[in-house]
Amino acid sequence: MSERAVPTNIRMIDRDGLDALIRDLVGQGRRVIGPALRDGALVTGPVASVDDLPAGVIDHQEAGGYHLDTHGNGALFHNVVGPHTWKRYLYPPVRTLWSARRAAGGLEVMADDAPVPRYAFLGVRGCDLAALRVLDRVLRDDAFADPYYSASRDALFVVAVNCTRPGGTCFCASMGCGPRVGEGFDLALTELPCEDRHVFLVEAGSEAGTALLAGLPSEPADRAALAAAEARLAEAAESMGREMIPDVAQVLRDGLNSPHWATVAERCLGCANCTLVCPTCFCSTVEDVTDLSGAEARRERRWDSCFTLDFSYIHGGHIRRGGDARYRQWITHKLAHWHDQFGTSGCTGCGRCITWCPVGIDITEEAKAIKNREGRA
Amino acid sequence: MAVKRPKLAVWKFSSCDGCQLSLLDCEDELLAVAEAVEIAYFLEATRAEVRGPYDISLVEGSISTPHDAERIHKVRRKSKSLITIGACATAGGIQALRNFHDVNDFVRAVYAHPEYISTLAKSTPIQDHVQVDFELHGCPIDKFQLLEVLNAFLNGRKPNIPRHSQCVECKLAGTVCVMVARGEPCLGPVTQAGCGNLCPSNDRPCYGCFGPKEMPNTGSLADWSARRLGQDARQVRHLFRAFTAYAEPFRKESEAHE
Repeated sequence: MSERAVPTNIRMIDRDGLDALIRDLVGQGRRVIGPALRDGALVTGPVASVDDLPAGVIDHQEAGGYHLDTHGNGALFHNVVGPHTWKRYLYPPVRTLWSARRAAGGLEVMADDAPVPRYAFLGVRGCDLAALRVLDRVLRDDAFADPYYSASRDALFVVAVNCTRPGGTCFCASMGCGPRVGEGFDLALTELPCEDRHVFLVEAGSEAGTALLAGLPSEPADRAALAAAEARLAEAAESMGREMIPDVAQVLRDGLNSPHWATVAERCLGCANCTLVCPTCFCSTVEDVTDLSGAEARRERRWDSCFTLDFSYIHGGHIRRGGDARYRQWITHKLAHWHDQFGTSGCTGCGRCITWCPVGIDITEEAKAIKNREGRA
Repeated sequence: MAVKRPKLAVWKFSSCDGCQLSLLDCEDELLAVAEAVEIAYFLEATRAEVRGPYDISLVEGSISTPHDAERIHKVRRKSKSLITIGACATAGGIQALRNFHDVNDFVRAVYAHPEYISTLAKSTPIQDHVQVDFELHGCPIDKFQLLEVLNAFLNGRKPNIPRHSQCVECKLAGTVCVMVARGEPCLGPVTQAGCGNLCPSNDRPCYGCFGPKEMPNTGSLADWSARRLGQDARQVRHLFRAFTAYAEPFRKESEAHE
């Protein structure tokens, strides 16, 4: 690897350089969103300078469990994804789609014309960048584009981060989504918190990224740093806490009548947490809200989930009453039928659904269980 | 031509009055309510009474005395739509804790003259006695949900009152899960949303004030609380035995840990 020429689009910055990057993005009029420490977890929130980033915070994740710890090296990104996802910003939890009021001669309908924010996301991991590509396909590039998602996505600047310390519920390597970020970033960072010097390799992935990087105080990436980054990423890929079986799509297609669904249902709470922390779950419901006089009304879209009873209500009744049917719907759509519908898997291996399930149901284990039960049948 | 406003009545049974107060607590919106309906019977707010029948009756409180059990039928007969509000009216309330014991033991222990006390053996929800058109959960109810229900009835549409878990409200608000991140047993996954994410957003687990969600899996939550969060049988029993203890799924779960 050290024989390879040093790529010209990769530079090296230090902590001050990262601070300059954040300030430049703010200076462009962007709302910079990055990792934020709150209520015992790394969530997302506004970032104004490098001092806002959680230095030395590491996370421990397991099925149904999450806690934070500190690490002496002061690394900013030696942690992985928390309960928030980027869809919160591009596809907000609640949004008014349009409103109407009674007027002389009928109804006056008003489109939603809220200004589209110009975001910069800082710290987008491989799994979550892959999730943005999945959502692009669903909400922007497919037959029914969501105008708000499309506009805010097109205005987005992505500062991605290559993961060098995967978490206990991560399995992006087996989904082909990480730990190195794939396509779609403007800049990608690899953090190297060496004892003598805390630096970041910065790779530009777009014209906007290249332009921004050119204005930062940086130096050429040296071979040693590049080699160190490669070694860390290779090690990260090998040390994921979880792994998805490679033939999961076929296993689930073959397992629609598996007795295992009833076994999962004994544990599944039907609480919808897995879908709401999933970076690609996009299901929503719409509600019509009126004022007391009936003179004004608005239509609101709200995140919903295939785990709620009312989500499957159609004329005459609910079609997915039990936990078995709801869990099967979610996992088969996510890992099998998403391929048929959108040409990719709906799962990027971020592991959030495992960590944030209150009773620790593990999507990788359930897939294995379906496979093993089918094998025995 | 003046449009005749629907008549609204608010009735109290065995309760603390907190849910009625939610209506008075509507403040700004209360004026709009008073414009949209004629408040015909609401002793918490006014002594003036307009005779029935009433278009909408809001019923607070549980049935806990022989007098309650008789009076609720009169209220039903005078009401076109009857909406029960709060944990007492929909699940028997905190006073339903007596349902798990012999009420006579309490009466003897508490009152100097037990012979003056006329009470039923159990405190029960209104639905056990008369037909109810809509149940609004909460201890107390959420004023915005109350407005939504009134609004929906006045406009002839279905109320937007979700029956899903409290977790959905936490996740929409971006609240970090107290059960996963702090290891505290939380009733959120089996409790109906609607409180406005009150406790978890203040770093406390959900106490289940809004009662069971649709098809709650209480057994799984109890099992995890015991095995992984270190709760003994008494703690698990108490987890489910609070403001909505007599709601069937919670009652069955607490009884399983007797």
